[in-house]
Amino acid sequence: MTEIEQYVAPSSLEQAAEYLRSGEVTILAGGTDLMPQSQGGRLKIKRTLMNIHHIPELKGIAIDGGEIRIGALATITEIMESDLIKKHLPILLEACDHFASDQIRNAATLGGNVCNASPAGDMLVPLLVLDAEVELASKPNGSLSRRRMPLAEFFVGPGKTRRGPTELLAGLRIALPPANHYARFFKFGTRPALDISTISIGIAGMLKNGALSQVRVAFGAVAPVPMRAPRTEQALEGKRLDAAVIDAVADVARNEVTPIDDIRATAWYRKELIHNITKRMLAHVAQS
Amino acid sequence: MSLNHDIEFTLNGVTRRATVRVNMSALDMLREVIGLTGTKYGCGEGECGACTILVDGLSLNSCLMFAVDCHGRDVVTIEGLAADARADALRAAFVEHGAVQCGYCTPGMVMQASHLIATHPDADAEAIKRGIEGNLCRCTGYKKIVDAIASVNSAVKQGATP
Repeated sequence: MTEIEQYVAPSSLEQAAEYLRSGEVTILAGGTDLMPQSQGGRLKIKRTLMNIHHIPELKGIAIDGGEIRIGALATITEIMESDLIKKHLPILLEACDHFASDQIRNAATLGGNVCNASPAGDMLVPLLVLDAEVELASKPNGSLSRRRMPLAEFFVGPGKTRRGPTELLAGLRIALPPANHYARFFKFGTRPALDISTISIGIAGMLKNGALSQVRVAFGAVAPVPMRAPRTEQALEGKRLDAAVIDAVADVARNEVTPIDDIRATAWYRKELIHNITKRMLAHVAQS
Repeated sequence: MSLNHDIEFTLNGVTRRATVRVNMSALDMLREVIGLTGTKYGCGEGECGACTILVDGLSLNSCLMFAVDCHGRDVVTIEGLAADARADALRAAFVEHGAVQCGYCTPGMVMQASHLIATHPDADAEAIKRGIEGNLCRCTGYKKIVDAIASVNSAVKQGATP
């Protein structure tokens, strides 16, 4: 059994990427997932435990060339209190509002929520419908390099992502939405606080004359990864949202998800929730 | 043997040094290394809030925080709140409203309440309920706790307490 051999707290992205070259590094950000997972034996901390809290390049929320960049270390509380997010990406506030508890929101980071890759991760569904991209940093041959990847391609299974063992998630990038952009999120749980979602739904697109175009639909907690729903998107694309269309889209949505039975709900119930809440959300779209 | 690491931080206004296991929680450090047992272990996974402390002015679950991450930061526990003038009003309000029964959730509840009062002095009963949703109490039914916090908030608003 390997023990933790070193603890490091680099103060630059450059240094962090250097440590990551060994590939045997567990990254510590907010700790709210890492601590219970490691103490509960579900995750083993690798040879190096690296605290990334002191890396300025991973902090802050700012506009950068037509995009909003949210640093990987931005906490859920920081996102909730950000004027930029309030103005441009209010759908993220809907997800933050029902994210765990005040204590956890004060510690948990957006980067951690993304890298933890829970199918039920609260921020992931809204980020998917916003076409967010992940920004990954590494030092493959002695100099710092970055690559970007659509978030929709990032998740490969529960807790599994395409982040390589020598890579660090530096931030999320989201194009500034135009004026008639519509985006809403809904999380269903038995209580608003500290509940892992039974299902969650994000719907976004350009809203004009009661129809959505460039539609993005994503579902949480109904597949091994937070998923985009291309069939549901196609059923919605450009259609005027009358009752018949809404019914038809909700049916497509119910059939597109592949949930499992677990302690929070049965697969059947999750499918019903997807159907009924998709319908309810589309009725809201039709009225706005 | 687990790896140890030396840290230095401010604890209740005083600079402290400690040697901690790198995978240890801040809660275990407070209780077992430093010997401050006011902060309670409830669930160990951030559900109950009994271990709430303030770090750099923000309330956190100390059971979810790595002790090494306290390095260089400003940590306040329930013991430290005793030196804060505002805590007098909060403590009195908890007593007056009968917001303490078995008492196990109380340190965490009071820490979260103090954070809530500091950040949302205008919070009404509904906002207070949202603010303490990360703290479980199995005795009071919460009403007395919400009333206690609301009474401090309205007193703060009227300028009756510092």
